[in-house]
Amino acid sequence: MTQKKHSRAVSRPLLLAAMATAVLGGPLQAADFSGETIDFVIPFSEGGGSDKWARFYAPLLSEALPGQPNVVVKNAPGAGSTKGTNDFAANADPDGLTILGTSGSTQFPFLLDDPRVQYNYADFQIVLASATGGVAYLPPDLAEQFASDPEAFAADNSFIYGSQGATRLDLVPLLAWELMGMNVEPVFGLKGRGDGRLMFERGEANIDYQTSSAYLSGVMPLVEEGKAVPMMSWGSLDENGDIVRDPTFPDMPTFKEVCDSMDSCETSGVAWDAWKAFFVAGFPAQKMIFLPKGTDADIVQAYSDAFQSITERDDFAEISAARLGVYPQSTGAAAETQKALGTEVSDEAKAYVKDWLKERYGVEL
Amino acid sequence: MDLIATALPALSEAFALILQPTQIGFLIVGVLLGLSVGVFPGLGGIAGLSLVLPFIYGMEPVSGLALMVGLVAVIPTSDTFASVLMGIPGSSASQATVLDGFPLAKRGEAARALAAAFVSSLFGGLFGAVILTFFVLLARPLVLAFGTPELLMVTILGLAMVGTLAGRIPLKGLVAAGLGMMVGAIGAAPALGSGRLADANWPYLYDGLQLVIVGLGIFAIPEIIALLRQDRAISREGGLGAGWLDGLADWWRNKWLSLRCAFIGVVVGVIPGLGGSVVDWIAYGHTVQTSRRDPQFGSGDIRGVIGPESSNNAKEGGGLVPTLLFGIPGSGSMAVFIGGMILLGYEAGPQMITNNLDVTYTIVWSLALANVVGAGLCILLSQPIAHLTTIRFTLLVPFLFMLIAFAAFQSRQSLEDLVALAGIGLLGVFMRRFDWSRPAFLIGFVLADQAEVYTYQAAQIAKIKGRQGMGSMFEYLFSPIVLVVIAITVVSVWLGIRQSKLIMPEGDVPSGGKAAPLTFAVLLAAFLAWALIDALSISVFNDKIFPAIISGVALIACLVIIVRMSLADKRSALFADREADGEDASAPHGLWPTLAWFASLLIMTSLFGFIIAIVLFFVVFLKLRAGASWARTALLTVIGVGFILTMASLLNRDFPPGLLQHYVDLPWPLA
Repeated sequence: MTQKKHSRAVSRPLLLAAMATAVLGGPLQAADFSGETIDFVIPFSEGGGSDKWARFYAPLLSEALPGQPNVVVKNAPGAGSTKGTNDFAANADPDGLTILGTSGSTQFPFLLDDPRVQYNYADFQIVLASATGGVAYLPPDLAEQFASDPEAFAADNSFIYGSQGATRLDLVPLLAWELMGMNVEPVFGLKGRGDGRLMFERGEANIDYQTSSAYLSGVMPLVEEGKAVPMMSWGSLDENGDIVRDPTFPDMPTFKEVCDSMDSCETSGVAWDAWKAFFVAGFPAQKMIFLPKGTDADIVQAYSDAFQSITERDDFAEISAARLGVYPQSTGAAAETQKALGTEVSDEAKAYVKDWLKERYGVEL
Repeated sequence: MDLIATALPALSEAFALILQPTQIGFLIVGVLLGLSVGVFPGLGGIAGLSLVLPFIYGMEPVSGLALMVGLVAVIPTSDTFASVLMGIPGSSASQATVLDGFPLAKRGEAARALAAAFVSSLFGGLFGAVILTFFVLLARPLVLAFGTPELLMVTILGLAMVGTLAGRIPLKGLVAAGLGMMVGAIGAAPALGSGRLADANWPYLYDGLQLVIVGLGIFAIPEIIALLRQDRAISREGGLGAGWLDGLADWWRNKWLSLRCAFIGVVVGVIPGLGGSVVDWIAYGHTVQTSRRDPQFGSGDIRGVIGPESSNNAKEGGGLVPTLLFGIPGSGSMAVFIGGMILLGYEAGPQMITNNLDVTYTIVWSLALANVVGAGLCILLSQPIAHLTTIRFTLLVPFLFMLIAFAAFQSRQSLEDLVALAGIGLLGVFMRRFDWSRPAFLIGFVLADQAEVYTYQAAQIAKIKGRQGMGSMFEYLFSPIVLVVIAITVVSVWLGIRQSKLIMPEGDVPSGGKAAPLTFAVLLAAFLAWALIDALSISVFNDKIFPAIISGVALIACLVIIVRMSLADKRSALFADREADGEDASAPHGLWPTLAWFASLLIMTSLFGFIIAIVLFFVVFLKLRAGASWARTALLTVIGVGFILTMASLLNRDFPPGLLQHYVDLPWPLA
């Protein structure tokens, strides 16, 4: 603990210096939020991943915006995050005083034409996109089989996986395993991914996946104890939109590499395209911050600059590593690209996933 | 020996960290914040923690932990005020306290009930900390031994408490519990999301009803309406009888009961996935089942307060195990707590024991210390605050309506929250009137989701294990823990049925005419039939089976009751009806005009938004119904509305908007 105190004591002057650079060195801006309160709407309940992410950014945003307004996280959960997002789409004034943070769980219903969705991502103006990754892991005995002969591993075993629901982010691992020819029985009804890890620890499930930050904190200790072995990561996107190794887990093969190495798995064709489209929406473009439709360009610019100055802080890598993982936090044009990748899916991919959900799990949207 | 060698150095380090003036100062700030937020039903720890989170970042870790722990620790203590004084279950931790606490308040023994509750909380909290200090080192394998079949059995044990709380006609208790489960099943199915009695086009119901709304509707509204009809103070005699010292003496007489219930609290709290929703019912059931001497449960037995209150603070301690060791929060406030820990640089997980044992002990013993400070403060406050029960109730009603409407609105922050509250409230009013066990309903509601999910998951996993051979399937389903819990359940049901004659969860209800009770039973049967038809129309088997079975069984039981009614004499207990005779029948104000007051608040809110509506309601109600002078009306309105505005602005909360806000842009708090 003494070490912790020490590092914080060092970081504070750095933080102030970075702030000063950002304020003095930045261009003059028209927008000014002095004395204002900004509502940072999070359509999820307190304590979840998106809430933690928003609460990481809120104080930094407050420092970085012109006029140092008060930034307050407002949780508006309900209907799988579609309620808060619908409210934002319908009611938020384009004055820069209300911003929205969404996640893959908000994008999936949108991509799958869920009837509850009354928002259109095309309307929103993006100011930040945060990427993340995910890792699948196995018990040691199965991991050994997987390492020696993935084909036989996939063909000979039956797997149990604790899942929150087939139309959620779990769609990405479920479809990936299916493409590998694995027989995975999802046990639905979990309240969170943490419960999935617990099911794995209890030996009830024999395969699981976690997003990067949860993997680092929850699964790494199991790996060290020899109770779990990483299987593969979903990967990360390079600037060309190709899947490459996850920068947080450079030693782990990606699903793409695994699939390439197997005769039974194809990294082209409609099934692969569909998987990739939903993978991108769920992970590299997982969390985004938006301003409402019709917001003035100078306000959008002020936010973009603010987020850029946050991500360029000298101490950003240090303060964000533990809470966001080592992933790109994009602003400006890069964020626009992420948004397009994460919210626009070809009709074929969409139709493929919908058919698969219906046939495999009986889910009709 | 090893255990002590590991624990002692970390423990002494933790004490050295906690017992600093600064840390104790932050702890007290947390306790005071928690107390002021906790008395608000429906807000609880999440709101309080969200309030301090922005300040946590950059704080010295032990101070930050002290602040957060102080806040979380006193919530299950302070919500007792609302349960005992007003019959409002403030949070899931105080549902069972209402059953005997509120009747005691009506007997003029509010101070006694509060003091007994707080000293039980204090003891439970300390007991929890002592057990945890050692248990936390051994907890991991034990917690992992609780798989899905074990969780299912503990849930069934909780449901078995319905047997104890069923009331005079056991079949009616069964129907009430089934009804509760069906109300709990409304919305998206936990497995694959099929809509039940709701679909995705109606997002409010599709999300399901929240415990806050059902708890307030089933318990608080019927009691408030009944008292309002009487136009007197909550305390029947108007004064305070037994005082706080009697409460302390009561606890001392029942210290073994308190110890047993605290033990139940720790054990159930430790199991992740059960949360606080069962623990106070199991503790209450245990209390009823083991109390031989002169039981008056349901109409004001002090043991009915001591039992659940001893368990709920102990549970908070137990709940730290899954939270800290596994990063699995047992409740919403624990989820926010984990978020706060990350802000301070600590990640929940097994390393909390291996590397940060001193921090873990700091949290455990800060919790204990916060319990002492919080409960101690509450004991001192219990006598003066109990005087609320001697004020003419009609003057309190606008405040209560305001509080419960605001609390209900925190559920989804939509006007539909208030509509749902009124709907469930109406059901509660009639369940109370016709003597259908409301505790049984609430147990069914609270456990519906867990019962369904664990049944489904256990069956699914067992099926897959079955492919490897029947042996491994049975081994999975009938582990030693499952067998032990089955044995406890059987004993508990047997004791419960034997003792159930001694407890009338709805008090003594007279019987009279046939028409009204029969009509209500037929309406319940119609709802259950509709629920059954709806369940059968679901295409996904996993989403259909649970509601179909529950509504089917409840429907059959309800039809049996109707048949028995048609054969029985009108003086039979089957026709219990509070309007037939007794206090309700002779009330100076009718049921419907009284309900109309509540409805008027709802209608005005839907037109003008909550703040304008509540101001109008205060003025009109105090003038017309309470007959207060203009000066008094103005004073009470300013106090009430000023209070809610202050709380809402501090906690950054909005108010329900109405039609007016749809057309005109108004500034906060009107918008």
